[in-house]
Amino acid sequence: MDSLVLGNHCWLPDCLLQPLLTLREQTLGLGTQADRKLPAPTPGHLQQNQPLPVFPNPLCQSRGSTDAECQRNENPGLIMDPECSRLLPAFCSVLVDPRQAVADDTCLEKLLDWFKTVTEAGSSLLLLQENPCLVDLLSHVLDLKPQDVSPRVLSFSLRLAGMFAAQEDCFEYLQQGQLLLGLFGEAGPLSWAVWSVPTVRSGWIQGLKSLAQHPGGLHFLGDSGAVDALFSLQGDSSLFVASAASQLLVHVLALSMQDKAEGSPSLKGSAWPACAQKIVAHVEASLCSTTALQITQALNVLTTTFGRCHSPWTEVLWGQLSPLVAHLLDSEPVPATHSLVDLLLSVARSPVFASADCTLWETIARMLSCLSPMQTGPLALGTLKLQHCPQALRSQAFGVLLQPLACILRATAQAPGPPGLLDETTQGCSMTVDTLLSSKSACVGLLCQTLAHLEELQPLPQHPLPWPQTLLVEAVVIILRLCDGSAAPSSSEGCRLCGTLAGCIRVQRAALGFLGTLTLGTSSWELVPQVFAILLETLKSPASSPTVLKKAFQAVLHWLLDSPTPPGCSDLGPHTPLFLRELFPVLQKHLCSPCWEVRDSALEFLTHLSMCWGGEANFREVLLASDVPKLAWQLLRDPESYVRASAVTAMGQLSSQGLQAASDSPGHPEVQQGLVGELLHILSVDSEGFPRRAVTRVFTEWLRNSHADVVQDTEWFVATVLQMVSRDLDWEVRAQGLELVQVFLAQTLGQPNPSCPYAVALPKVTPPSPLPEVLRTLCQMQIFDFAFRALFDCDRPVAQKACDLLLFLRNKSAPCSGLQEAGDSSDVASVEATLERWQVGEQGQPLGSLEPEVVLAALRSMDLEGLQSRLAESSDHVEKSPQSLLQDVLATVALLEENVADCY
Amino acid sequence: MKLYCLSGHPTLPCNILKFKSTTIMLDCGLDMTSALNFLPLPLVQSPRLCNLPGWSLKDGNAFLDKELKECSGHVFVDSVPEFCLPETELIDLSTVDVILISNYHCMMALPYITEHTGFTGTVYATEPTVQIGRLLMEELVNFIERVPKAQSASLWKNKDIQRLLPSPLKDAVEVSTWRRCYTMQEVNSALSKIQLVGYSQKIELFGVVQVTPLSSGYALGSSNWIIQSHYEKVSYVSGSSLLTTHPQPMDQASLKNSDVLVLTGLTQIPTANPDGMVGEFCSNLALTIRNGGNVLVPCYPSGVIYDLLECLYQYIDSAGLSSVPFYFISPVANSSLEFSQIFAEWLCHNKQSKVYLPEPPFPHAELIQTNKLKHYPSIHGDFSNDFRQPCVVFTGHPSLRFGDVVHFMELWGKSSLNTVIFTEPDFSYLEALAPYQPLAMKCIYCPIDTRLNFIQVSKLLKEVQPLHVVCPEQYTQPPPAQSHRMDLMIDCQPPPMSYRRAEVLALPFKRRYEKIEIMPELADSLVPMEIKPGISLATVSAVLHTKDNKHVLQPPPRPAQPASGKKRKRMSDDVPDCKVLKPLLSGSIPVEQFVQSLEKHGFSDIKVEDTAKGHIVLLQEAETLIQIEEDSTHIICDNDEMLRVRLRDLVLKFLQKF
Repeated sequence: MDSLVLGNHCWLPDCLLQPLLTLREQTLGLGTQADRKLPAPTPGHLQQNQPLPVFPNPLCQSRGSTDAECQRNENPGLIMDPECSRLLPAFCSVLVDPRQAVADDTCLEKLLDWFKTVTEAGSSLLLLQENPCLVDLLSHVLDLKPQDVSPRVLSFSLRLAGMFAAQEDCFEYLQQGQLLLGLFGEAGPLSWAVWSVPTVRSGWIQGLKSLAQHPGGLHFLGDSGAVDALFSLQGDSSLFVASAASQLLVHVLALSMQDKAEGSPSLKGSAWPACAQKIVAHVEASLCSTTALQITQALNVLTTTFGRCHSPWTEVLWGQLSPLVAHLLDSEPVPATHSLVDLLLSVARSPVFASADCTLWETIARMLSCLSPMQTGPLALGTLKLQHCPQALRSQAFGVLLQPLACILRATAQAPGPPGLLDETTQGCSMTVDTLLSSKSACVGLLCQTLAHLEELQPLPQHPLPWPQTLLVEAVVIILRLCDGSAAPSSSEGCRLCGTLAGCIRVQRAALGFLGTLTLGTSSWELVPQVFAILLETLKSPASSPTVLKKAFQAVLHWLLDSPTPPGCSDLGPHTPLFLRELFPVLQKHLCSPCWEVRDSALEFLTHLSMCWGGEANFREVLLASDVPKLAWQLLRDPESYVRASAVTAMGQLSSQGLQAASDSPGHPEVQQGLVGELLHILSVDSEGFPRRAVTRVFTEWLRNSHADVVQDTEWFVATVLQMVSRDLDWEVRAQGLELVQVFLAQTLGQPNPSCPYAVALPKVTPPSPLPEVLRTLCQMQIFDFAFRALFDCDRPVAQKACDLLLFLRNKSAPCSGLQEAGDSSDVASVEATLERWQVGEQGQPLGSLEPEVVLAALRSMDLEGLQSRLAESSDHVEKSPQSLLQDVLATVALLEENVADCY
Repeated sequence: MKLYCLSGHPTLPCNILKFKSTTIMLDCGLDMTSALNFLPLPLVQSPRLCNLPGWSLKDGNAFLDKELKECSGHVFVDSVPEFCLPETELIDLSTVDVILISNYHCMMALPYITEHTGFTGTVYATEPTVQIGRLLMEELVNFIERVPKAQSASLWKNKDIQRLLPSPLKDAVEVSTWRRCYTMQEVNSALSKIQLVGYSQKIELFGVVQVTPLSSGYALGSSNWIIQSHYEKVSYVSGSSLLTTHPQPMDQASLKNSDVLVLTGLTQIPTANPDGMVGEFCSNLALTIRNGGNVLVPCYPSGVIYDLLECLYQYIDSAGLSSVPFYFISPVANSSLEFSQIFAEWLCHNKQSKVYLPEPPFPHAELIQTNKLKHYPSIHGDFSNDFRQPCVVFTGHPSLRFGDVVHFMELWGKSSLNTVIFTEPDFSYLEALAPYQPLAMKCIYCPIDTRLNFIQVSKLLKEVQPLHVVCPEQYTQPPPAQSHRMDLMIDCQPPPMSYRRAEVLALPFKRRYEKIEIMPELADSLVPMEIKPGISLATVSAVLHTKDNKHVLQPPPRPAQPASGKKRKRMSDDVPDCKVLKPLLSGSIPVEQFVQSLEKHGFSDIKVEDTAKGHIVLLQEAETLIQIEEDSTHIICDNDEMLRVRLRDLVLKFLQKF
């Protein structure tokens, strides 16, 4: 559906349009201006006194507002409405009044955003003509005495002027008064004392960037001397300013080439527009400079250029500059290596260079061979990620990435990898060895970088083939052995590596992370035993830190769940049962760890493992023979709330799959029956939110999957849980309670509709009962009571969910004509009265016992759709409205004035 | 300066430093690992240990079967355990002036030294060191004396016989010097020779050396020592820790600028992180208890046990172990737990501040109050009434050869539900367990050693920068079992000097200066002359008086002279016995210029030879030789006084006179 346009400045997105068009007239109003100023409730903050209007708003009706007006009010952030126009002059005069400081410049930022949407939606010229105070503001800023200029206001004005001047007619309008030249020319702020404030410089650049959208703007830039100023701003002390200056140069270059390049792609550099020539000449000069800073600036400009502009002229530009770039590699040391890598990759990624550009590949190849391993890593990774790249270069880049691992393998005298691979990486290997052995930090840095790069590369479709899986696994295993001190290399390099890496947690973590991803692809099952062995050692070692253990658990999961099995082998493969038998004692130990992070990771691991393997006979056997379920059960009483939450999730999972502790286990003979009781206990008394949230999630899952304990008496179960959840202080718990009700309703009333997110194929436990009976049950279970309370919840997500739920119920009950007219009007009125009180925060009064008829009547009288659409708006939509911002600025000034008065 | 190394054990050191004219013994640790060669001493009659078969030689000769028994495939000496003493022959120990003790583990050989070597000096140690050291000795004596053993084995020690024995008896060193445990009387006598000191207290030894204990952060009252004279400083670092446990933190700053740093007592388990080990300890303890088993912790009655109890205090509630009883059984259990609470000034800041609240610094007080921790002097008496299983028992001795632990090993060893957790690093747990095999109970080795590891040592050495480091040879190479771990050794420049048992090291620095006092009246009489900007000289004629290692310059005695009553006018008045003063010379002779000067004065045929100490200028024609050295110049010419005087004057032109 197209946007609905009202007047010149109104613009509405599709998502807001739908509910608006279907609203009935009496439900449109959002309330008075005062109402709108009130902040909407946000999750986690109780704001009982700020109700969301649910019932028809008499004010909106009595005024007789038109649809259009109401719609304007609904979307105040996107238009220049009369109220804003009225406030603007005062606002502008405050800005230029040196006696009145604008304290909060976030307001100004938000207002700029608003002006941007307004100017993008309509004519800026019209806007300026309708609101002459804006032009006055700009000229007043120029007329101020130097000492009276506020940097914030000046920056705001520059950016605002740029925004207006983005449209050519408005640009000409402003040019007539020489206003733009005053603001952006050499006699303007550029020469003022206030120029030393970074905000002003930044505003100047951003203003120019907005302005430079059309040929007029481009000429203006060339004539006003702004380009020269930008050259010097590239080296600005403020990084933001320097970066913005670079970006603007790129923007100007692209803009000036826009029209030229279209027709004649082979246009020579000498025939380029003057402005472009000037910029290119500057870049060329910088590239030949001896200072690294200038070279970096030039490289950054080029990187951005090739990253953004893909027109044929960029190819000409590269042809012109590539010798200079290549020349940089002749210097010793090579300057600005990071920027150089970025540039080469940016050029290589540019579609203009899709056809093989030999000089580029040559430069990259040279760079790969002459830089240090730490510097070449990112270049090698970037090269390997390229779609089109010569095979030889890919091989070289991959060799560079593999170098550190090959060195490790060689130093520790491991069997070499696939034939040829180590030979290829021999080149430059001595440099890598030197780096690895030079210092601990260099060694750790290089290894972590290499492992991270390979981890990133592994899952990509363009990863190099053949992928040396065996070599990589062996290298990672030996790195882990070096870290835990169990490797015993014979060479002196190996011994030094051993000393450097022993106990190094960073490398251990990186290696475990990579090892986890190594299950992907064509891994060979012969590697599995040695991987399992090192993972077990890591898990067993008392020296392993909690973070290392967590990574090790994750790697174990990957290898258990994804590891390949030998052909002809069923389910788990030959090594897994043996591994599991060794794993569970370790898991038991970690469940008893004094470090809560370890207990937590162990429980999470248990949850994942049983989720995936709960049905595997081998797994069940080993798990049930161990004390793990019993220990997990005991952790439900852990002093650390995160651990309790994880224990709840783990026990929920184990229970779903019939994997609780055996019933004859000492201490807890009633585990099977007691788990529901224990979880209900946590839900009712636990002082922390996490365990209670976990319990509600587990209960929802149980209900969804028809857990045996739940199926016994579902209604009692749901009612009991709701009773506890409705009083919970944690909004997530309440929201999860609504989720539980949704699942319950789906099971009793059938699926909501095909588009509903809950439309997963659920087993039909019971065929839907007749509706009146179901509604009566729902009333008895006090589901309506719960849902109505949630509807007025101070936390938006809860209210939203409750609204969805009630809508679903209303729709489901629509065909139930038998109940439609039966409601006693006095009962309905009483319910409505109670609900109205709830709405204003007086939730003390109970709803009493409800009859289905009354509930239905109440449901029908409510504007649930209207509420739904209002709840869908972000919680700060009121504060973000331009009126509110303008009023804020004015109010702050008024307050300041009062304070000044107080001083006297 | 010499270092005599009497012990080969790096963590139980015993060294003697001869410094200036003093003889200082640094620690006297007792190597008790020798006890592992003996059978355990059971508190309760053990049929298993009583009925072990005697050991006979391969040829069936059974003359040793009374002394040696076979048990679980190993051969043990069936006798009262004996300990390996420090070397007593290397140096006459009666000449030792003082003994400096660094911590209570390093004083266990004290009675052997003070009571049997003619030692007449003083022992210095801090109060907690003495008190807890006494407890350790008391416990040791008690453990051994309460199980009297009539038999004492000595035949096997015969060198010819020892050769025939199986390992490890065959390889045991210095068995002839092994001694039985001392008595309580000897302990008391030895301890009475100790003088208590406080951290940073300066103790003068004969006016020549000053010794100062510094906090070492390892145990209650543990110290490092500074031994310094006016111009030399030796630091003795033994058993130090940088971890935050209960003792006062280590004082590193005072170790700076040492000429020599003697470094001993590093961690015995450099690869084990104490935090990880404590975690391991707790996890295994909880696992065992939850399975209905008992936990046995062989330990010393002081030290790490305080930290373990503190960890358990925090852990037991979270692990749901609040109802499990903890028993601490030692003849000195009560004293140890109480002593720890009263040494507030020796504790870390955190614990010190608790005293002012007032709260007991260690939480074990609360464990005792709430009956979670109970302590008993032995398994007899009250303990047997209160004993409840499953439980956790802390008891000694960590060698598993004597003490109440022997009983629990016999009692619980057969069930796989039970666990023994080794936390003390002093004994190999496999050797300790050897006489109990086969063992069904689980064994967990989580040694907790908070002493410095090699990373910390290398940081410490970078920080304090001693000129020379001296350490046991074990620290200069990676451990034999991990020969590739180059990180597990001391790495410093210049490389450390290493020592081994019975070795004497000449420490690589010479005394160059001695401090001498000048009496005020003598000083008053000096008239310094400035010979260079900032440097003044004066000649002194005085009598050097040396007493108690203090040197004093006094005015020379005046010859009998009638008192004139006149005011002194000139210095020479005061020193009438001095001959006419010749001017003093200073400066050096530049050979080239001197040769030029000779040539100018008509000497020719001059030859210059370089010697080790300077130059020789040869005037060949005149057959004259001028020997120029750093501090003297000789003119050698035969009976030509004129020539000599001429040459002398030429030499003097290059020198300053005053």
